[in-house]
Amino acid sequence: MDWTWFHRFGSPPHLYGLAGRLTPWFAWPSAFLIAAGLYGGLVLAPADYQQGDGFRVIYVHAPSAWLSLMAYTWMAVAAAIGLVWRMKAAHAAAASCAPLGAWFTVAALCTGMLWGKPMWGTYWVWDPRLTSELVLLFLYLGYMGLRSAIEDPQRADRASAVLAIVGVINVPIVRYSVEWWNSIHQAPSVMKFGKPSISWPMLTPLLIMFVGFTLLFVALLLVRLRGEILRRERHARWVAEVVAG
Amino acid sequence: MSSAVSCARLVIGRDLRLAFRNRTQLLHPLLFFAIVTTLFPLALTPEPSQLRDVAPAVLWVGALLASLLAIEFLFREDAQDGTLEQYALSGRSLTWLLFAKTVSHWLLSGLPLALMSPIVAYGLAVSPAAMPGIAASVALGTIALSLLGAISAALTLGIRRGGALLSLLTLPLAVPLLIFGAQATARAIEGASLVAPMYFLAACAVLGLTLAPLAAAAAVRISLE
Repeated sequence: MDWTWFHRFGSPPHLYGLAGRLTPWFAWPSAFLIAAGLYGGLVLAPADYQQGDGFRVIYVHAPSAWLSLMAYTWMAVAAAIGLVWRMKAAHAAAASCAPLGAWFTVAALCTGMLWGKPMWGTYWVWDPRLTSELVLLFLYLGYMGLRSAIEDPQRADRASAVLAIVGVINVPIVRYSVEWWNSIHQAPSVMKFGKPSISWPMLTPLLIMFVGFTLLFVALLLVRLRGEILRRERHARWVAEVVAG
Repeated sequence: MSSAVSCARLVIGRDLRLAFRNRTQLLHPLLFFAIVTTLFPLALTPEPSQLRDVAPAVLWVGALLASLLAIEFLFREDAQDGTLEQYALSGRSLTWLLFAKTVSHWLLSGLPLALMSPIVAYGLAVSPAAMPGIAASVALGTIALSLLGAISAALTLGIRRGGALLSLLTLPLAVPLLIFGAQATARAIEGASLVAPMYFLAACAVLGLTLAPLAAAAAVRISLE
């Protein structure tokens, strides 16, 4: 099998150009889908019979939470590719994933808290999902902290790659242990509604938002990746040519 | 095979001998554990029933922080005097040598903490019947913690003021150990069966035993580059 297409990703100028060309293909559909999803979720979908309009936070909250986990997985995959094939571009991609993932985690936490205030009567409960999301945020911060603490860029890439892989093995364990912990400590007494069999008018905008947020993540990742490549290659001649336009 | 075993024995023997020549460093994490757990009755209340309620949390948070303190020194001196470099160049499996180092580290920090935990628990008004369970859970939990800490210590090698970063890297990953360990301790205090949380701790330890030395070796190699 011919692997040259794969190794071309390792070439920074090639990847820089490719990311630039691809960005609008993700950004515009994402803008369209998020607009459609917001209209569907905030206007068309009926209010929940228990939570009223409060449930509409879900249209931002759930996609953010999903992306916070997905970004970590992508980061670990990119880090593993960088470790195995010694591909600088993959390390650059992993480095660009981390702040995005951290911000989506913050978004998921903040919207979760805003949702919790009317529903649970408090901004914060030690709900297993909120708790594991918080731990995930610490994992992101640790990753970024390690990356910035090591001065040599190649060492920083490789060391943080090891951390990302260790973390991705641990995330499910943390997740399930937290769930186990909470199930023993307290029964769900504050908020108790069974698996909400969500109706189609409510679910469709949510699915649209999931796709829209995922495309948004990819678009943002491509933009960040371009910046990261420029920063890393700032002494290369092709960068001077690109900047000179 | 036998050469691998004798090699590990040499590493462990060297670490133990070095540690016993410099005993005070060995005592620091233990003293820290004792002092932190002393602060709780002072801050909270000397009331035995309340102390018993918080005993699992106090014990485990104390043990976690104390072993974090010890992990900082796991590779530091060996990295400074070039021993780690020699290990990496020796032609032996670095994974195996680091595994041996982690074993000696557990013998010097995890095991003493486990042996000390009944004394601390007694201070927190826990009945003596719970002591074997508590010591066993701390012993099992610190195995996994030492292995996890070996990865973070290897990653933060050569970073100035890496201590805070070390805790930022280790503590989120140690959440499952804290949960299952405190659960085991709480059950020991209630006189209930510890089997379920102990199995979870053992599972974490086995996962750590199989994977952590590999990751630590990769991290040490990266820091030596």
